[in-house]
Amino acid sequence: MAESLDAFRSEVRAYLEANCPPEMRQPFQSEDDAPWGGRNFKWSAPQKAWLDAMAAKGWTVPTWPTEYGGGGLSKDEAKVLAEEMRRIKARPPLQSFGIWMLGPALLKYGSHEQKLEYLPPIARGEIRWCQGYSEPGAGSDLASLKTRADDHGDHWVINGSKVWTSYADQADWIFCLVRTDFSATKHNGISFVLFDMASPGVSTKPIKLISGYSPFCETFFDNVKVPKSQLVGELNRGWDIAKYLLTHEREMIGAMDTGGSGPGLGQLAGKLIGADADGRMNDPILRGDIVRADMDGLAFMLTMERVKDEAKAGQGVGALSSMLKYYGTELNKRRQELFMSVRGSDGLMWEGEESRNGAQPRNWLRSRANSIEGGTSEVQLNIIAKRVLELPGA
Amino acid sequence: MALVLTDEQAMIRDSADGFFAEKAPVSELRRLRDARDEVGFSRELWKAMAEMGFAGILVPEDQGGVGLGYVAAGLVQEAIGRNLTLSPMLSTAVLGATAIIAAGTGEQKAALLPRIAAGDLLLALAAEEKSRHTPNQVETRAEPSGNGFRLTGRKSFVLDGHVADKLIVVARTDGEADDTKGLTLFLVDRDAAGVTVDRTVMVDSRNAARVTLDGVQVDGADVLGEVGGGWPVLERVLDAGRACLAAEMLGLSGESFRQTVDYLKQREQFGVKIGSFQALQHRAAHLFCEIELVRSATLRALQALDEGGNAALFVSLAKGKASEVAKLATNEAVQMHGGIGMTDEFDIGFFMKRARAAMETFGDGAFHSDRMARLMGY
Ligand SMILES: Cc1cc2nc3c(=O)[nH]c(=O)nc-3n(C[C@H](O)[C@H](O)[C@H](O)COP(=O)(O)OP(=O)(O)OC[C@H]3O[C@@H](n4cnc5c(N)ncnc54)[C@H](O)[C@@H]3O)c2cc1C
Ligand SMILES: Cc1cc2nc3c(=O)[nH]c(=O)nc-3n(C[C@H](O)[C@H](O)[C@H](O)COP(=O)(O)OP(=O)(O)OC[C@H]3O[C@@H](n4cnc5c(N)ncnc54)[C@H](O)[C@@H]3O)c2cc1C
Repeated sequence: MAESLDAFRSEVRAYLEANCPPEMRQPFQSEDDAPWGGRNFKWSAPQKAWLDAMAAKGWTVPTWPTEYGGGGLSKDEAKVLAEEMRRIKARPPLQSFGIWMLGPALLKYGSHEQKLEYLPPIARGEIRWCQGYSEPGAGSDLASLKTRADDHGDHWVINGSKVWTSYADQADWIFCLVRTDFSATKHNGISFVLFDMASPGVSTKPIKLISGYSPFCETFFDNVKVPKSQLVGELNRGWDIAKYLLTHEREMIGAMDTGGSGPGLGQLAGKLIGADADGRMNDPILRGDIVRADMDGLAFMLTMERVKDEAKAGQGVGALSSMLKYYGTELNKRRQELFMSVRGSDGLMWEGEESRNGAQPRNWLRSRANSIEGGTSEVQLNIIAKRVLELPGA
Repeated sequence: MALVLTDEQAMIRDSADGFFAEKAPVSELRRLRDARDEVGFSRELWKAMAEMGFAGILVPEDQGGVGLGYVAAGLVQEAIGRNLTLSPMLSTAVLGATAIIAAGTGEQKAALLPRIAAGDLLLALAAEEKSRHTPNQVETRAEPSGNGFRLTGRKSFVLDGHVADKLIVVARTDGEADDTKGLTLFLVDRDAAGVTVDRTVMVDSRNAARVTLDGVQVDGADVLGEVGGGWPVLERVLDAGRACLAAEMLGLSGESFRQTVDYLKQREQFGVKIGSFQALQHRAAHLFCEIELVRSATLRALQALDEGGNAALFVSLAKGKASEVAKLATNEAVQMHGGIGMTDEFDIGFFMKRARAAMETFGDGAFHSDRMARLMGY
């Protein structure tokens, strides 16, 4: 076992060395570098070469089965691949809601035909997905959603609207929660459907964020026809799929940035602010705040690692996605506040080359959403209290 | 190394849990405290712990121990934390054994390690001189004398010093008061001429001692490690103790949290269980996360000690984080119990007391935050 892993490691290392373009061996500089894929995505030459090399192996989605475009790797092998990519500082070749959210849900709940149809284009970066969950009247209380799908024989007709739909204006398809039974209790009348955003009757309207970017939209459905084959799982049982998908979304959001920006804040601060003869950063109170954040950051990274290792060993507790989501996002927000403090007035620059168009304050502002999107921190704490601690309802 | 327990380690955890819950639960702490017991723990219990292999958990098999390493020692210490067991596990099996394994000569190992494992020899580390942990601040002097040294100085916070057969004394053979160079470790009999030991009962009902050394003559053969080269050994010993204390705090934080969550499910006010109030639910859920972080950091620190390389960063992470979380966990425990949490009759206050003592031992959150920052280059 260990031997074959070693052999696998050398194979991976050689392949990455041969195929990862030098431009892809440095961290993302801005949102523009993110390789989302999809019909309208403009790939740079190195991005495309890197994507194709990885997709050829199925390594854009290493643990998915090979018949659906994945690499068919075991968790141990996937860990080796991740380690080897980190070793050469390789960027992910592709990132998408398809990989993080829809894929895992389809693997569990989709039919074989649906998996064959939808998964390989995700793995190859051909189709970009967006998430149609939240509505104006259904945020934390997602199950109160009202977008309706009416039965018209061989297809559904969908009417209603979604809000905060990230990248709806750039996505090719949507996975969407709709109400299919208005007489049932709120959790029991929801279905999970997939449809093309190019369908007649779909429109989007971008919303600008406090960061100045507009990555999310209002999304409207006006008599949108959806074939019945595009229902995932059972009719009116969509809530189970919705929740399962959310656990993946939460783990993804929780893990965002905490690793990438890991220890490094203190070193940056030492450099910018200066240090005394013993090497201690000059501003002792800020230093204390930074090291407490680094401490929590390192302990959190170890916890993510432990949760993965325990899952592999078949141990561990449930509802951990809520813990990772809650703690990871609160931590990331704290780190972003500290980055702002460390940079001082330089961190306020909103425009121009020098500040890379205000990357720092925009990242700081964008990170405020981490504890809201995918279910707020308060909602995660509610879930932990209920599912893990089994505390009584109010 | 994967961050999970091996099957063998899981068995050790289960047997330690069972053993301490049966033989030395919190009621035993209460009994010893109320009896104002002179020893401060049960010698019978220590014998039984030796039979279980706990006393010799770090001692290699060929020296009479079980040689299971720091992860295993941490699991024992975690069970001790859950039950607030009184025993010389930390002073003898962790600190004492680590010092002798790290720095002892062949003869010293052969003479001492089997007796530690058998539960026949108690050791205590006499390192601290200040009330806040600053292990490099050593004024106790060792002057060359005869075929050895004469030791003069005062030590404080010597855990289990009142009953130890031998003290491991850190003294200065060279250098200024806060130099890390010039420190030397000595094995000193507690009843040697010139040694005075004053027992100090602490808030958590454990015992430490003030030790006065007044020209104590020590044989050259009782130097532990290199003359003047004691600092790395002391760091290794302290790191072993710190990681095991993190495990102890993990145990006591987890147990006081468990009892508190149980209480939230039982106690009714305003006609409902108090656990239904979101103000308490969110704090409990937050604390759950914090304790999970301590578990990861502690396991990693213990593994790093077993790997043998430089464990300092992970150890400071574990000890610092465990200290902060133990403070939070035990404060929340008392608060969420309301008035009854303040009573001596109720056990929860004992957890708070032990947490505070464990925090102060070998560096609290502030000490280890500073150490971590320095290790990370700022
Ligand atoms: C950047 C960003 C991207 C997003 N992307 C998407 C997307 O792609 N697709 C999608 O469907 N949605 C998306 N969302 C929406 C997101 O999931 C919702 O904003 C979130 O679930 C909260 O809902 P709400 O905004 O209606 O807030 P509300 O539910 O109105 O909450 C307001 C406040 O009340 C608190 N609160 C609510 N209920 C409780 C309770 N029971 N106990 C305690 N406190 C409570 C909340 O924690 C919050 O602090 C995105 C949001 C953001 C910010
Ligand atoms: C040292 C001391 C001296 C005292 N002296 C006096 C005295 O002289 N005279 C006297 O009459 N009393 C006295 N008290 C009693 C004191 O007023 C009560 O202990 C206090 O009101 C809390 O009540 P409880 O102990 O029943 O806790 P509980 O009410 O059972 O509370 C347990 C926990 O639940 C929380 N909780 C309860 N309800 C809610 C809610 N609705 N929302 C959120 N959280 C909630 C509490 O904050 C607490 O954390 C004294 C108490 C102490 C500790």
